[in-house]
Amino acid sequence: MSAQARSMTSTRRTSSLSGLTESKGFLSFWFMLPAAVLLLVFLTYPLGLGVWLGFTDTRVGREGIWIGLENYEYLWDDSIFWLSVFNTLLYTISASILKFALGLWLALLLNENLPLKSFFRAVVLLPWVVPTVLSAIAFWWIYDSQFSIISWALIELGVIDQRINFLGDPNNARASVIAANVWRGIPFVAITLLAGLQTIPQSLYEAATLDGASRWQLFRFVTLPLLTPIIAITMTFSVLFTFTDFQLIYVLTRGGPVNATHLMATLSFQRGISGGQLGEGAAIAVAMIPFLLAAILFSYFGLQRRKWQQGGGD
Amino acid sequence: MAATTSAGAKADEGGMGYLQSLPRRVVTIYLPLVIFVFVLLFPFYWMAITAVKPNEQMTNFNDYSPFWVVNPTLEHIRYLLFDTSYPGWLWNTVLISVGSTVLSLLAAVFAAYAIERLRFQGSRQVGLGIFLAYLVPPSILFIPLSVMVFRLGLYDTPFALILTYPTFLVPFCTWLLMGYFRSIPFELEECALIDGASRWQILTRIILPLSVPGLISAGIFAFTLSWNEFIYALTFIQSSENKTVPVGVLTELVRSDVYEWGALMAGALIGSLPVVILYSFFVEHYVSSMTGAVKE
Repeated sequence: MSAQARSMTSTRRTSSLSGLTESKGFLSFWFMLPAAVLLLVFLTYPLGLGVWLGFTDTRVGREGIWIGLENYEYLWDDSIFWLSVFNTLLYTISASILKFALGLWLALLLNENLPLKSFFRAVVLLPWVVPTVLSAIAFWWIYDSQFSIISWALIELGVIDQRINFLGDPNNARASVIAANVWRGIPFVAITLLAGLQTIPQSLYEAATLDGASRWQLFRFVTLPLLTPIIAITMTFSVLFTFTDFQLIYVLTRGGPVNATHLMATLSFQRGISGGQLGEGAAIAVAMIPFLLAAILFSYFGLQRRKWQQGGGD
Repeated sequence: MAATTSAGAKADEGGMGYLQSLPRRVVTIYLPLVIFVFVLLFPFYWMAITAVKPNEQMTNFNDYSPFWVVNPTLEHIRYLLFDTSYPGWLWNTVLISVGSTVLSLLAAVFAAYAIERLRFQGSRQVGLGIFLAYLVPPSILFIPLSVMVFRLGLYDTPFALILTYPTFLVPFCTWLLMGYFRSIPFELEECALIDGASRWQILTRIILPLSVPGLISAGIFAFTLSWNEFIYALTFIQSSENKTVPVGVLTELVRSDVYEWGALMAGALIGSLPVVILYSFFVEHYVSSMTGAVKE
């Protein structure tokens, strides 16, 4: 880049000290230092420590000893662990599909030429901005077994005869937490896809319309292919955050009823922190890593495809 | 590039909308949009209305319409502010969010500048590593971090959170600022180098003033993320007076079987207000930088 300019400055400078402070490696080292220290100490090291803890029987207030794969062997035969894996997959897959479909729909609606456009965009983002725990508390009240406003409204409308037991029945509870997660996730998907939609030139639509394309064909053959790269990235993030979700479940059900809504993250917290079995909790957390790697690889190939579409290179 | 295309889209505004009749637009666009907005906003309305509803109206749906409130009361808010530790939690949350935001921004500015502009050997790999660090979720870090926090003697202090929040804030801010620095022309820096400016002067006198909007959005994002954080705050903080708002509302306001719904909703509402206000001032920044960060 500015090698020429830099060599000029270094010939002007005679003092070796200023030469040192201007040297690229020296400066880069000091500039990277704060971030590197923070991330190595509080991210990389704990990641390794977590893997190590998974092989020990550490408890709260007691150093553990190496027990090899015992935690994993125990989990392998633990039906609650497998139930949590099933729940996590069910939760992630159904919530992500719903978030994608509804978010894309909302993005297409917001991309229309509307009055109060910026107002709608601002308002739609609210569920994403507000702390999840606090909006989950509102859902907790909305899902109350006795005074749920949804039950009341449906009874008044004559749709159902008795109150819905939202969080007390296993399947209802699963549906309820998924609905709350979708509610929170739609804005993120919608706004990022909206940004993608706005980069699609209007002229493509006009050309396709002149060729006699229907509205569905416009969507299927113009919008969707051009949106694919950003869909891949958005959905990877969405899947990642849904898979590792903790807050919503912790507020609404704490994993109940009868572990029907336990995700791997909440089970890990319950065993590791509440139950004090740090080693076992860490093992559950480590068991999430293969799934996360799969999601990251998916993202990587999503990015690759984007480069290819732009004609290769960086 | 994004700017020119969006400008192009603006010139086409109205586009092919004339091809659709008004009744058709109402059914295919306005009606679904109204339903979306209603569903997305209803929980907030419900939160707000419950926060000012007297207790006897809250559970009596037969005599009072649940969607409205007669004789609104400030009793729940008074209880929250004077009979609980809520003000203390608010103060803790502000302190922790500001502390971790400042720390993360400082680290991120230098890191982003080094990766994007100093282009040292291996800077691309470091950039990729920072992106990967953002993908490491707190749910798999909280157990080893709790062990560390305990060993370092930080357990139950605000420093436990101020030092651990940067694990997700630094990667995020660095990534966002890298995108921002990339948009500043190299020529400006080269001119300054020729005029004899040091790297430090270039950073503080040229790059930083130009990237104020980027710094603001990174700061808002970081502040919001740390305000909303839950799992670390739940795990590393024990005593009531050190809790943050999300944890305090959930663990301290729910006692035995008596749910103080009014106070809970008031707590949720007041706890959400700071981020909503902050966000409403900078909504344009927010939307554009969020989409920018994701588009990278």
